[in-house]
Amino acid sequence: MEKQEDCLVIGGHRFYSRFILGSGKYSLQLIEAAVRDAGAEIVTLAVRRANTKEQENILDYIPKGVTLLPNTSGARNADEAVRIAHLARELGCGDFVKIEIMRDSKYLLPDNGETIKATERLAKEGFVVMPYMYPDLNVARDLVEAGAAAVMPLAAPIGSNKGLATKEFIQILIDEIDLPIIVDAGIGKPSEACAAMEMGAAAIMANTALATAGNLPLMAAAFKDAIAAGRKAYLAGLGRVLTRGAAASDPLTGFLHD
Amino acid sequence: MVRINGEDKAAAGKSLCDYLQEAGYDRRAIAVEYNEVILPKQDYETTVLQDGDVVEIVCFMGGG
Amino acid sequence: MENQFFVDSEKLSDGALAKKHQLEQDPASRKDPLEYFPDMEQIDSPVRARVIAAMEAYDYASYTAADVRRALNHDSCTVEDFKALLSPAAQPFLEEMAARARLETSRHFGNTVYLFTPLYIANYCENYCVYCGFNCYNDIKRLQLDAGQIEHEMQVIASSGMEEILLLTGESKTKSNVSYIGEACKLARKYFKNVGLEIYPVNTEDYRYLHECGADYVTVFQETYDLKKYETLHLLGHKRVWPYRFEAQERALRGGMRGVGFSALLGLSDFRKDALATALHVYYLQRKYPQAEFSLSCPRLRPIINNDKINPLDVGERQLCQILCAYRIFLPFAGITVSSRESAAFRNGIAKICATKISAGVSTGIGDHEEKYTGKDEARTGDEQFEICDTRSLEAMYADMVAEGLQPVLNDYLYV
Repeated sequence: MEKQEDCLVIGGHRFYSRFILGSGKYSLQLIEAAVRDAGAEIVTLAVRRANTKEQENILDYIPKGVTLLPNTSGARNADEAVRIAHLARELGCGDFVKIEIMRDSKYLLPDNGETIKATERLAKEGFVVMPYMYPDLNVARDLVEAGAAAVMPLAAPIGSNKGLATKEFIQILIDEIDLPIIVDAGIGKPSEACAAMEMGAAAIMANTALATAGNLPLMAAAFKDAIAAGRKAYLAGLGRVLTRGAAASDPLTGFLHD
Repeated sequence: MVRINGEDKAAAGKSLCDYLQEAGYDRRAIAVEYNEVILPKQDYETTVLQDGDVVEIVCFMGGG
Repeated sequence: MENQFFVDSEKLSDGALAKKHQLEQDPASRKDPLEYFPDMEQIDSPVRARVIAAMEAYDYASYTAADVRRALNHDSCTVEDFKALLSPAAQPFLEEMAARARLETSRHFGNTVYLFTPLYIANYCENYCVYCGFNCYNDIKRLQLDAGQIEHEMQVIASSGMEEILLLTGESKTKSNVSYIGEACKLARKYFKNVGLEIYPVNTEDYRYLHECGADYVTVFQETYDLKKYETLHLLGHKRVWPYRFEAQERALRGGMRGVGFSALLGLSDFRKDALATALHVYYLQRKYPQAEFSLSCPRLRPIINNDKINPLDVGERQLCQILCAYRIFLPFAGITVSSRESAAFRNGIAKICATKISAGVSTGIGDHEEKYTGKDEARTGDEQFEICDTRSLEAMYADMVAEGLQPVLNDYLYV
């Protein structure tokens, strides 16, 4: 097999890190160290009403050269997501957008139907659209048709740190969808990030797992290593697992003639 | 009255540019939606706020 | 190897013979196989390029036993795994492959096996495919059943208990046109619950019409995905246009058909490459049309009338079994049909591993079902396309499948 440069391509842009870092729920002063120790090339942001009391601009804390991925959190339907995406673009961060539409404030589960609509509209406008979704194969196919640049299924309820609760369904998306599958939400530990990468996920997005860690930059580094290890294991091809015991039985191929 | 970020402000008659400066916003860090249309930065000077206008001023913050 | 196929009938005129020989001997006298006829619809699809690129890059000798073991231990079989399973390195693992294939088959199909029968309604053909008994230069009895004769055949077959039928014609658009086939579909819907077609490839609109007439499955054999070889075997006629044939299943799905069938005629070219291309053809179309049903067949070349000297590239039973197990592991959702060209022993064995559909009560001749089913002589019948090996009737097949521990299914299909 030919040796190829292993990079993540999203909407024609190439990335060498497969760790997308969230910037929520921790202090701005920690962002630079987190990005550095995570080796992240993509950082997510939210769009909110500006408060005149806070004079600090988060963009001043994010190292130059990092791709900004604004999300549409706060949107409850496709119209609101499109509106937030437009505002994000006006804030001057390029054409990437992570669609996040929640119609449910208790579990914060994404609304797949509205997400498809918003993806279609924003992709037509030229955005690089990365929809966050509940892992459903039919929806993922609709997102491909709608022009998504990647698909971001949740591993567990957002912020829960519960790990790969939807593992079987994420594996189906990895097997069937010809776009990067980026596991988003619910990943709580580096080992879970590694497991998702071994399965063939293209990247991991994490935020709460870091924000709630004892030492944030150190946890960022741990995730970085785990994601890189999982990627290497995937590329290497996992070896034999001895759990599939062969049951002794009559030979099935005894009838063959030659 | 002008509705700005969900609050009624006595800002009618002022240019948007003046209002933003008086209120202490950092122009580099914000985007403005004026009556549901995104306003380009070069239009801040020429846009005069009127009674009944709805203005949203947004910025980035940390998020996942 | 081409020459072993060529047969000159004494009944051909001097002119016809000269044309035939020129086609056989002078490649420049043949049409460009990539050039569509004016009446052929061209669709824009990336599937062919992807399949052919993968086939051409496939170096099966490079796979090792370790690759095969790894493939057998993966929960889902990747394209790379499939290539390993098709390779010579997998031959010593046939029993393990069969065990895994049986597991996949039972997961998707339980222990069922579907029964059907083919019905040839015409054997006129305008193609010159050098290996085929129906080819336009071969001296055989030609026949096209009229509506009354078709209905009579269907009554004979239906009275045996059969519920699924596959209608076949030779490839003559002028003799057996789309409306003729459509009428046959309408008749078939009266007697059978499921109607499949194995006819010359047509345009999307024609598939749509045939679907409205009652057909819901379309099978088109690509014969070989090796264009160079294809060109030397299909010398004349619509079938010579290789890409139009490749795109037939996609047009059929766009025309509203529920399912499509695929196959290479194993032995025409390098069977491992052809098997890879066939499976990838299914794989990529399934990703594009996830709602559709897919099935694979696995014919090997068999003797044809007027030519018993054929010596095909060798595909033995063990190799055929390997291909079918690899198909099953890679495409666990796909139906696998094994025809009566194979022996009763092979079909009994393979049905327990990976085949999901087998034919019974088969005749590849035209208009001879009454003779074959009841022993009564028919006045006029058309010659057969090929000789069959497993001659069991529906009743015998049903009993044998039950005895093998399988559940025969005549039909569980709903036409919507």
